[in-house]
Amino acid sequence: MIDWSIIAGSLPDFLAGLKVTLGLLAISLATGLLLSVPLAVARVSSNPWVSRPVWLYTYVIRGTPLLVQLFIVYYGFAQIDFVRHSALWDLFKNAWFCAWFAFALNTTAYTTEIIAGALKATPHGEIEAARSVGMSSFSLYARILLPSALRRALPQYGNEAVGMMHATAIASTVTLVDLTRVARDVYANHLVTVEAFGTVAIFYFVLTFALVGLFKVAEHYGLRHLRAQTERSTVAISGAEMKTK
Amino acid sequence: MLHGYLPAILDGLQTSLKVAATSLAIACVFGLLGATAKLSGPPWMRRLVDAYTTVIRGVPELALMLIVFYGGQTLVNWAVQKMGGDYVEVPAFAAGVLTIGFVFGAYMTETFRGAILAIPVGQLEAASAVGMNRVQVLQRITLPQMIRHAIPGFTNNWLVMIKATALVSIIGLDDMMQRAGLAAAATREPLTFYLTVAGIYLAITTVSIVLLGWVERRYSVGVRRAPTGL
Repeated sequence: MIDWSIIAGSLPDFLAGLKVTLGLLAISLATGLLLSVPLAVARVSSNPWVSRPVWLYTYVIRGTPLLVQLFIVYYGFAQIDFVRHSALWDLFKNAWFCAWFAFALNTTAYTTEIIAGALKATPHGEIEAARSVGMSSFSLYARILLPSALRRALPQYGNEAVGMMHATAIASTVTLVDLTRVARDVYANHLVTVEAFGTVAIFYFVLTFALVGLFKVAEHYGLRHLRAQTERSTVAISGAEMKTK
Repeated sequence: MLHGYLPAILDGLQTSLKVAATSLAIACVFGLLGATAKLSGPPWMRRLVDAYTTVIRGVPELALMLIVFYGGQTLVNWAVQKMGGDYVEVPAFAAGVLTIGFVFGAYMTETFRGAILAIPVGQLEAASAVGMNRVQVLQRITLPQMIRHAIPGFTNNWLVMIKATALVSIIGLDDMMQRAGLAAAATREPLTFYLTVAGIYLAITTVSIVLLGWVERRYSVGVRRAPTGL
């Protein structure tokens, strides 16, 4: 019933698609993480002029579908004369760049909220202790708040990473030949469902569990200091809120 | 406004909302069935639901939607041909809402299961001790409290789901995205139309957050909140 020769024949294409999917995921997550740490610090600032704009940004991004965001960047930006007639056009006419731009913008919003939540959940005593030994705000963040918040954010960030990996499938709508696009092409060429979409489902499934496993290991080491009391709550969070996009 | 394409976009909005509402109903049915099976079904059923929630959460919605859309097509036609019928086309609407409902049913299963587990067992024992039958326990004890515990997760799932409905345009449904795409192609103003769609989605999510927040407060009347800021 299953035509294995089609799967075997298209395996090189699937592997090429896997590379695109993983490449997109890696650069989007890396950019997102880099941007969201300072944004999260701004988000929890007591100065509304600093925290409100970040809130607005995460609210708008989290309130609209990624597909719409990608289409605004890929199709929409071309409508702006300034973009069209400047060096920016070289970047925004490239599907790769647009996907990276939109995905990074998207994951930054979610990651900012995750880290900000972890920052806010820091026990007050730790902050008081740091202040009492005379730490400046910078050292307070660098030595106390961020190291502990980033670790505590790991379970939720793991879910965001998995969500982002699934979201890269949307790149197939703007000419990028990722895993999903390869599956659609295989389907279009051979008109076989199981061989095309079953194979891609297995790829995503394995990727998901590889990522989940990776974060389990990271949590094992990163959250060692919290294990005795909070292991149960950590598990509950990652189970209940796996989906973000 | 919008070069006269506003009615078309609003028409698409209607489709999007129909997709969302139908998918939500399907997801809730799957979620309730799944949660019940996981909590009190026989072992084989529990394993089946475990497999369902695991597989669904491991594969992107778009990929699943394509599987159901094209796979459903193949399956239905295979069955129809066996019965000697002609080629039939699976409607995109059915494929879309079935996929989204099936996918988010997996998330709802987890939400509902957690909500039911959050009800203290003592209450159920007390209810049967005063002579309530199972239906009465469900109706008077489990459901009202389950709703309260389920609302945060439900809100989260709904917000993700309403955004996922934008994907149905990819399998050919004439939803808001599709209409915006047509208008963008005709007027060469993609930014205008996709920003409009983004604005409408933002309005829907905002209204949802406000309404569900109100529902949560309604169902939490009588629950003493832990003091904050400690």
